[in-house]
Amino acid sequence: MQINHNTPVLDTSRVDFNYERARKNAVSFFVHLFLIFVSVGCLFPLWWAFSSSLKTQETVFKDLSFFPKDPQWSNYYYAWTKADFSGYFLNSLLYTVVVVIGVVIIASMAAYAFSRLQFWGKNFLFLLLISTMMIPIPGSFIALYVLLNKLHLVDTRLGYILPQINGGLALGIFLLKTFFDDLPKEIEDSAAIDGCGRLRTYWYIALPLARPALAVLAIFNILAVWNEYLLAMLVLSSKHLMPLQRGLMVFQGAHITQYPLLMAGIVITVLPVLAVYLVLQKHIIKGITAGAVKG
Amino acid sequence: MTFQSFRKVTGSYLFIAPAVLLFATFSLYPFLKVFQLSVTDWDGISNSMHYVGLENFKDLWTDNPVFWGSMKNAFYVTFIALTIQNFLALFLALLCDREIKGGNIYRVIFYLPPVLSGIVVGLIWNWIYDGNYGLLNHLLQFIGLGDLQRAWLSDAKTALFSVAVIHMWKGFGWGFVILLAGLQSIPRELYEAAKVDGANTWVVFKNVTVPLMIPVFILVSILTILGTMQIFDIIIATTGGGPGYHTEVPITRIVATMIGSSKFGYACAMGVTFGLILLAISMIQIRVSKMMKQV
Repeated sequence: MQINHNTPVLDTSRVDFNYERARKNAVSFFVHLFLIFVSVGCLFPLWWAFSSSLKTQETVFKDLSFFPKDPQWSNYYYAWTKADFSGYFLNSLLYTVVVVIGVVIIASMAAYAFSRLQFWGKNFLFLLLISTMMIPIPGSFIALYVLLNKLHLVDTRLGYILPQINGGLALGIFLLKTFFDDLPKEIEDSAAIDGCGRLRTYWYIALPLARPALAVLAIFNILAVWNEYLLAMLVLSSKHLMPLQRGLMVFQGAHITQYPLLMAGIVITVLPVLAVYLVLQKHIIKGITAGAVKG
Repeated sequence: MTFQSFRKVTGSYLFIAPAVLLFATFSLYPFLKVFQLSVTDWDGISNSMHYVGLENFKDLWTDNPVFWGSMKNAFYVTFIALTIQNFLALFLALLCDREIKGGNIYRVIFYLPPVLSGIVVGLIWNWIYDGNYGLLNHLLQFIGLGDLQRAWLSDAKTALFSVAVIHMWKGFGWGFVILLAGLQSIPRELYEAAKVDGANTWVVFKNVTVPLMIPVFILVSILTILGTMQIFDIIIATTGGGPGYHTEVPITRIVATMIGSSKFGYACAMGVTFGLILLAISMIQIRVSKMMKQV
C-alpha cells in the first residue's frame, strides 16, 4: 500500500521537473527562432545584392536564385575597370588613410596638452572644441562650401580631406583626454627627469601607452570617412577625385538599370567595411557602448 | 619672463595649434558665417550681397509649406524610429541579456547594417523595392498578395513609409547594442534579490530594469531624434525627395535651395531654423530626463 501510495507522488515530481525543463527549452527555442529570423532579415538584403551582382543584365530581372547557376564574376572586372570603381576605390582608400592619420596625430597632441600641460585659456578652448559635439548646426555645410570656394579648395583632394580631419577632432580630443587623465603620470615624470622634452615625452611615452584609445578613434574615423557622402557631393565634381559613395551615385545616375554592375560596385564598397568590422567588431562595439553608457 | 618659461608657454600652444587652427577655420567660421548669410539675399556666386534683415526667416516661417512638409516627413520617420525601431531594439536586447548561446553572434549581425553607409543601404533597398523587378513584389506575388504590388518608392502612398523601413533596418542594431550594454551594467544581485522576494518577470522588469535604464533610454532617444531628423543619405539614394515632395526632409530641402536654386542666404536661414528646432528638442529631452531623475 505504502509503495503504491508513493509512486504517484514520485511520478508527479518527475513530471514537474520535465515540465520546467521543457518550458525552458521551448522558451529558448522561440527566442533563438526570433533572433535568427531578425538575423536573416539583417543579412538577406546584403546577400541579395551579392547574388544580383553575379547575374547578367538579362537574367537579373527574372532569375530569383540566391546562388546564381552561372556566376558572372566578370561583372566585377567590368565594374573595376570600365565603370571606374578602381579609381573610386583608391580615392576612398587615400582619403581614409590621410584623414585617420591626421585625426590621430592632431587630436592626440591637443588631448595631451589639455590633459598634461598648463596654459592660459585651456578650459575655455577645451569646452569650445567639445561643444561642436553637442550643438547641431545642420546648415553649416553651406558656409563650409562658401569657405572652401574662397580658399580655392572646391573640387580638390585637400578640400575634401581638411574638413573631415576637423570633423574627427572633437570626439578624438574628448576620448583621448579622458584616456590621458586616467593614465598615471609617474612614467612621464621620470622621463622628464631623464631630460626628455615634452614633445619627445608625448611621442615616445604617452602616445604608445594610448594605443588602445587610438585604435578606437581610428576605427570610428575609418568607418566615418569611408561612408561619408554629403561633403563629397558638395565639394567634388571631377570623377577622378570622387570616393566610392559618390561614385556609386554617379554610376546609378548614368546607368540606372544596370543592376548587376551597380551591385558589384556596392560589394566592392562594402567588402573593406565588412573586413574591418569583422576583425575589429569587439573594439567597435566596446567603443560605442563605453562612450554611450558613461556619458 | 625668462627664456625658459617663454619657451614652455609657446611650446604648450604648439601642441594645440593644429587642432585650434583647423577648428577655427572649418567649424567656428562656418558656424558664425551661417548666421551672417542667413540675413542676406546672396546667391552664392555674384559679388552683390544685400542685407535683408529677417526677410528670409519671415518667408520661411510664413510662406514655405514645402520646408515644413519636409519637417513633417522627418518627424514621421523619427516617430517610427523612436517607437517601432527602439522597441524592437529593446526587445532584442532583453532577449540577449541572459545566458544565451551565440549571443555575441547575434550582436555582430545586428550591428552590421549600422556600419554600412546610407548610400549603400539605400541603393540595395532601391533594388528590393523596384516596381517592376524588385524582390519585394516577386515575394508578394509568390505568397498570393499580388494585389499589393507597386513601385514602393515612387508611389506617393507608400514612399515615406518605405523609406522609414529602410532607416529602421539600418538603425535598430545601434539601439540594440547600446541598450544591451545598459542592461548588462545592471548588477545581477538586484535581479536575484527581487526573485527571492517572489517578484515575477514583469514586476522585475517594471521595478528594477526600467528605473535603472532611464538614463540609457533618454540617451538613445535623444541620439535617435537628432540622427533621424538629419536623415539624408538614404533619401538621396532612394527617392531623392520624390515623388513630388513626399519624402523631402530638411537637409534635402537645404541642399536643393543651395545648389538647385542658388539661394545661399535663404538656405542658411533654413539651416539656422532647423538647428534651433533640433536644439530645442534636445533641451526639452534633457530637462525631462532631469525631472525624471529627481522623481
